[in-house]
Amino acid sequence: MAQQRVVVVGNGMVGHRFVAEVVEQGLAQRLHLTVLGEEPRPAYDRVHLSEWFGGRSADDLSLLPSRDFYAANGVDFRAGAKVAAIDRTARTVTCADGSVVVYDQLVLATGSRPFVPPLPGADLPGCLVYRTIEDLEAIKARASGRRIGVVVGGGLLGLEAANAIRQMGLETHVVEFAPRLMAVQIDDGGSAILRRKVEALGVRVHTSKNTQKIEALDGDRLAMRFADGASLETDLVLFSAGVRPRDELAKQSGLAMGTRGGIAVDDACRTSDPAVFAIGECAAHKDRCYGLVAPGYRMAEVAVDHIAAASAPRTFTGADLSTKLKLLGVDVGSIGDAQGQTPGSHTVAFTDSVSEVYRRLVLSPDRKHLIGAILVGDGSLYGQLLTLFQNRIVLPEKVEGMITPQTGGGAKIGLKPSDLPDTAQICSCNNVSKGAIVGAIRDHKYTLVGDVISCTKAGTGCGSCKTLVKDLLHAELKAAGVEVTNHVCEHFKHSRQELYHLVRVHKITTFGELIARHGSGTGCDICKPAVASILASAWNEPVIGRKHAHLQDTNDRFLANLQRDGTYSVVPRCPGGEITPDQLIALGQVAKKYRLYSKITGGQRVDLFGARVEQLPAIWEELIAVGFESGHAYGKSLRTVKSCVGTDWCRYGVQDSVGLAVKMEHRYKGLRSPHKLKSACSGCARECAEAQGKDFGVIATEKGYNLYVCGNGGMKPQHGVLLAGDISEEQVLRYTDRFLMFYIRTADRLERTASWFNKLEGGIEYLRKVVIEDSLGICAELEAEMAHVVATYQDEWATAVKDPEMRKRFRTFINTDAPDPSIVMVPSRSQHRPAFWEEKERQLETVR
Amino acid sequence: MSTAAPAAIRWYHACRVEDIPPWCGVAALIAGRQIALIREGEGEDIHALGNFDPFSRAFVISRGIVGDLGGIPVVASPVYKQHFRLSDGVCVEDAQVSLPVYAVRIEHGDVLVQLSH
Repeated sequence: MAQQRVVVVGNGMVGHRFVAEVVEQGLAQRLHLTVLGEEPRPAYDRVHLSEWFGGRSADDLSLLPSRDFYAANGVDFRAGAKVAAIDRTARTVTCADGSVVVYDQLVLATGSRPFVPPLPGADLPGCLVYRTIEDLEAIKARASGRRIGVVVGGGLLGLEAANAIRQMGLETHVVEFAPRLMAVQIDDGGSAILRRKVEALGVRVHTSKNTQKIEALDGDRLAMRFADGASLETDLVLFSAGVRPRDELAKQSGLAMGTRGGIAVDDACRTSDPAVFAIGECAAHKDRCYGLVAPGYRMAEVAVDHIAAASAPRTFTGADLSTKLKLLGVDVGSIGDAQGQTPGSHTVAFTDSVSEVYRRLVLSPDRKHLIGAILVGDGSLYGQLLTLFQNRIVLPEKVEGMITPQTGGGAKIGLKPSDLPDTAQICSCNNVSKGAIVGAIRDHKYTLVGDVISCTKAGTGCGSCKTLVKDLLHAELKAAGVEVTNHVCEHFKHSRQELYHLVRVHKITTFGELIARHGSGTGCDICKPAVASILASAWNEPVIGRKHAHLQDTNDRFLANLQRDGTYSVVPRCPGGEITPDQLIALGQVAKKYRLYSKITGGQRVDLFGARVEQLPAIWEELIAVGFESGHAYGKSLRTVKSCVGTDWCRYGVQDSVGLAVKMEHRYKGLRSPHKLKSACSGCARECAEAQGKDFGVIATEKGYNLYVCGNGGMKPQHGVLLAGDISEEQVLRYTDRFLMFYIRTADRLERTASWFNKLEGGIEYLRKVVIEDSLGICAELEAEMAHVVATYQDEWATAVKDPEMRKRFRTFINTDAPDPSIVMVPSRSQHRPAFWEEKERQLETVR
Repeated sequence: MSTAAPAAIRWYHACRVEDIPPWCGVAALIAGRQIALIREGEGEDIHALGNFDPFSRAFVISRGIVGDLGGIPVVASPVYKQHFRLSDGVCVEDAQVSLPVYAVRIEHGDVLVQLSH
């Protein structure tokens, strides 16, 4: 069969889904795809757009599995290609730049545009919309240095936009025409709770407000005038009052339209022209346009089936508008007939204005089935309710038990994964059934939720079904007799978090005591260093003291980093990367004297390699004499706080980044943690210190500092997320104290902050609640624990060289002062390196 | 090799028991050979194994963490963490690989190691 030429107009989420479906079905050979995207970049995740303000870049939001995804699959992708006209007779599409593309089949995925009400002044500078990355850039530029932002529209998109405004640190207002927030999805009860929660975050909500006009004030500020005579002064107005389908190209080319706009399509997503399909928000199926991504994805899949003439093509018969969102950190879920408009339906509702939770179930007239639901403040039941709804599962007798507090927060609503039929849809975003998930678990013998998710794609959309996926996995593992534990090792039937808790609560100070009371056997190379780290985090006694020395990995036991030939490297601390000329000279002298290979590290300090065990104390005596301290390069502890030069020298710096870096490094030096900790402090938004790639990092702003946490370089780079913006230096230290101690309390062994964060239920919102709002009431404890560590800091190397008992341990041989004969150096560039095994094998034959 | 004289066997003094911290190892250089002396527990239970780690090819076994796996006393290489049984030097992860094991005798707190050459 000849290759069909398929042209896709639009590269939003749905347009991309179409391409991805073609690739996934292995149709890329048969269908030659040309994708015309108006925006300057390929498709990105518009659902999570507000995370751009939290530090995710446009690249991070990209939907492409890899940068060259389109090219690698033979897709002719053209960015910045705006389509000007369609000629259905000639079957061509003409772009604004005059280029013409021929098609056999055309797919319109043009999406929609934000609706800007026709108000006088709606086009003034400072009146913006929220849809594309370019819109975000315009919003950010406008917000810079300004104070107030108003969002017009209190629906789903409006609240998303309000979150963006708030994340930029502006005083945030939401203006809504209707008497309540999210009038379409939820009822008065839910809306009241939502409003309280949103207002508690400092967002001002103005309902029943009819905006009449916007006026320019002096100094390019704006004033909104309302029908009731009230007005509101602001720096920025963001219209987020719904969207309109982008159907003008289709209209011009004479395709049939829906009665309320949108391109009319049938169940195959075909328009009035059999060679033209329309999918996503621009399409009107049975006169209805869907503004959610899941129905758009379904349409994309259906269109692929029909274009490729699949043997059993799927059809689009309408979509359920159930949705779960986190708006301004507040869970909002709406399922089916949420408003209870079905004649004869029943309602069961539960309001808790103390914990600010609202739940409503809408039951069928015979009370046997769930036909709708609303959840505000706690969305944990969403996945289960959605499953009950979609699969028409017969409800238990006492349905109110499902939403009342005794059982409400948990999973005990009588819905076990095993009760579901294999056809039950678990992930509605990606249309994944229980059968597909269970099949994947069995076929690949998966034991980790992450593997199941990446294989089946379940949970990669809105994420609301992740708990169900986990339950399914655990049920499968249990059935297969696999035990799922997070025990540290065979010697402790506890997780690291539990051991940390036991150590603290029972004031346990030695490994012997812990294993005698809570473990078995004699310990191993897994639990001993883990417990040593816990003891050090909790009590901060010297790690090489007699009590603890035998627990330490060799690096901590010799306070240096073991290299491949059995020698060690030495890294003195250079707080903030600052070093005096005298210290530099001393480093050079020590390196020369002990013949150490010298290298600059990535953390703005100097690493000296090739020291033998017995040389370490002498080397350190010389380093200590010129003011150096241990750099803890060997420990699971704070490494460096890297910095740029900041206001001291830099033309662009807005804060004293070196000063703060030095302060932070001195504060957290020596802190033992589940894994190493890296930090950085940048003096301006140019971010020269790369603070977003660190476990905790600070970027100076005009008003103070932005604190990022849980970033990572290394094997799997990950950007840090914004914990708090425009905060003072004192707040930086306070939040960092709490954050670090919370991480130390709860992380697994050898778990960096980034992986810890990725497993943290509730993500950044939860972390903010714990660390900033003190939702667990533990912040005072965390601060006190950190204060203890800071107050009891001692330089390990200063302690070690002064203590004859400790010093004695730095010997290569217990019975002679002879150096290790196996250590052989060979010249390399202008320095030297350890000989490779082949180079020294012959001479060592006798001593092995 | 076939014509070698009968191996000379002798006991060498390595160190005192208290020179080895409990649950730790030290290295000794005896007759040109590197020996790891490992103290299992707090008493006089001392094991002598080769100090050469066959996986990393560095002389570091004495710097490993001492403990047990399933109740069998082992030392873990500090480089790539393979475990070697203290009783016979056999590697837990790869039974084809083992460390040499030497006889140890304690006399009035002195650690004596038997070597043949």
